[in-house]
Amino acid sequence: MTTRIDTRFAELKAEGRSAFVTFVMAGDPDLATALEIVKALPKAGADIIELGMPFTDPMADGPSIQAAGLRALQAGMTLRKTLQLVRDFRKTDDKTPIVLMGYYNPIYIYGVDKFLPDAKEAGVDGLIIVDLPPEEDNELCIPAMKAGLNFIRLATPTTDDKRLPAVLANTSGFVYYVSVTGITGAAAADASVVGTAVARIKRHTKLPVCVGFGIRTPEAAKAIASHANGAVVGTALIDALKGSLDADGKATAKTVSAVADLTAALAAGVRGAKQAAE
Amino acid sequence: MTTAIPNSYRTGPDETGHFGIFGGRFVAETLMPLILDLQKAYEDAKADPAFRKEMDGYLKAYVGRPSPLYLAERLTEHLGGAKIYLKREELNHTGSHKVNNVLGQIMVARRMGKKRIIAETGAGQHGVATATLCARFGLECIVYMGAVDVERQQPNVIRMEMLGAKVVPVQVGARTLKDAMNEAMRDWVTNVHNTFYCIGTVAGPHPYPMMVRDFQSIIGDETKVQMQEIEGRLPDSLIACIGGGSNAMGLFHPFLDDTSVDIYGVEAAGHGLTGLHAASIAGGRPGVLHGNRTYLLMDEDGQIQEGHSISAGLDYPGIGPEHSWLHSIGRVKYLSATDEEALAAFQLLSKLEGIIPALEPAHALAKVSELAPKLPKDHLMVVNLSGRGDKDVPQVGDILKGRQS
Ligand SMILES: Cc1ncc(COP(=O)(O)O)c(C=O)c1O
Repeated sequence: MTTRIDTRFAELKAEGRSAFVTFVMAGDPDLATALEIVKALPKAGADIIELGMPFTDPMADGPSIQAAGLRALQAGMTLRKTLQLVRDFRKTDDKTPIVLMGYYNPIYIYGVDKFLPDAKEAGVDGLIIVDLPPEEDNELCIPAMKAGLNFIRLATPTTDDKRLPAVLANTSGFVYYVSVTGITGAAAADASVVGTAVARIKRHTKLPVCVGFGIRTPEAAKAIASHANGAVVGTALIDALKGSLDADGKATAKTVSAVADLTAALAAGVRGAKQAAE
Repeated sequence: MTTAIPNSYRTGPDETGHFGIFGGRFVAETLMPLILDLQKAYEDAKADPAFRKEMDGYLKAYVGRPSPLYLAERLTEHLGGAKIYLKREELNHTGSHKVNNVLGQIMVARRMGKKRIIAETGAGQHGVATATLCARFGLECIVYMGAVDVERQQPNVIRMEMLGAKVVPVQVGARTLKDAMNEAMRDWVTNVHNTFYCIGTVAGPHPYPMMVRDFQSIIGDETKVQMQEIEGRLPDSLIACIGGGSNAMGLFHPFLDDTSVDIYGVEAAGHGLTGLHAASIAGGRPGVLHGNRTYLLMDEDGQIQEGHSISAGLDYPGIGPEHSWLHSIGRVKYLSATDEEALAAFQLLSKLEGIIPALEPAHALAKVSELAPKLPKDHLMVVNLSGRGDKDVPQVGDILKGRQS
């Protein structure tokens, strides 16, 4: 079956450019503002939206994303409301792929059997679950595939050629290459090193490869986008959001535009890159 | 939950690291290759007689094993029932059972060529044990500790620093053990190439729950031999406190197939099970955190809640996965003791036996005070005295002083 993600990559291929993938946290700093932000992203140039599902214990995330999740939880965010946010977004946008990203426990507690149809119905296209390696594929990955949702796997610098086939086996939509060993918001990897890594992954799969972690500027996004099928930016957008909040951590009139403006600048960077070789 | 009762309770985990539905390897992809390397390194070490021999040497001459099995005559007389034996893990070098596990893990780390060791700690006992063995083997040591615990366990912070470790106070969340564990995992993801994560209890991704249990099983193995020597038979019951559950698993595991032995684990009930507490089995549900599926304290939405206990070593919102499994099949009974009950037991043992226990095993002692009087005088009960109370002297002193004035 073809998902919104497949369709989007086919369109981008026809356009001859790589994808710009944005990460924002559902419910940060509050539900209403988060919906406005998500709605503003495609207009500002986001090709795919990763929406963080807030979790109390984001073990692989740096301080910015961790704080974003806690702000959302503080404002009353739940997994149910995250699905509602996607549903509301779909009222005005039926094209932009949405990938939920987060940790397994809230989904496990919601109930996998109930979550998958609810997510599909809400308009979710894919899942990235940081703490579900291929060794635990029976938990969610395989049921998600059956439910028509892409399960997007992370590959990392520690994923060697021997292990890559296992990582790629049940992956669909795209492969997310984490360019550094570390938490989100860490220092950026060298674009040429990333190029070598992407080429290595492409020897094992026909799927598009998007690269994230450590990309903060239009120049860096451009450099990565010329080596990969997509560049992912999260921490920089969340830092821009945080910078727009008032002293109590509440949204201001500048919050949505702070995220949208940076998105536009980064998207321009990505659009300036030649598409990576298939 | 029903699980088929196996012929042996001691065969877990399966090759994928599961005890029934519990356990597993729920970690970021970055860590998976390392976890698989660790599993292999541990299996190689286990099969190598030289490894066992070297470890036995250190256990004897450096840790001070075997630890005595001591008949607590005055406590027995006071409670007027079961005959109470204390397994004296508090006499180990560094003052608790934690050193058994750390020695094992550090020896595995050395086999893997790792020179940088990280650990998380709540009460500081695991941090002290890790700092100690890193000093002994010349390894770099970084210990993550919640900022609240840094405050309430000052003596151990000072000890770790004297031993050359770097103690990093963690300022996020409730700033206790759970947050320290998150921070240690973040460090590990970042420095996976040269770093060994020395986990302090029978939790985390496979193979940790199994490996830590194996290293701690010396407690139960010795108890079996010692009880034979003293009484000529097996004990009738075992009891130990549970934070993550390593001291308990170490005592219990060698006895799991001896079905005549009743086994009790004691969780921290804090202000009571309807208030703030850290009793994951009594007040939690199965979920996934820190690399494994196990009983966890959480809200409706699967967000993890903070544990609370007077004892920094017990206020973890989870429990080792093997305990969750033993609970689900009913082999071990899980009880809980409040802060107040633990404080009373702390004072009782100090006054009657001249042994100041840590606040952690004081929770087990609190349940001994409840169970023992109802049992016959020939009932043999073993309590794991997992650590000594030096670290808690300032805290308990302050509480008691506050009550007098
Ligand atoms: C003396 C002592 N006992 C028990 C514990 C709890 O750990 P576990 O349940 O893994 O034995 C601790 C932890 O810090 C401790 O210091």
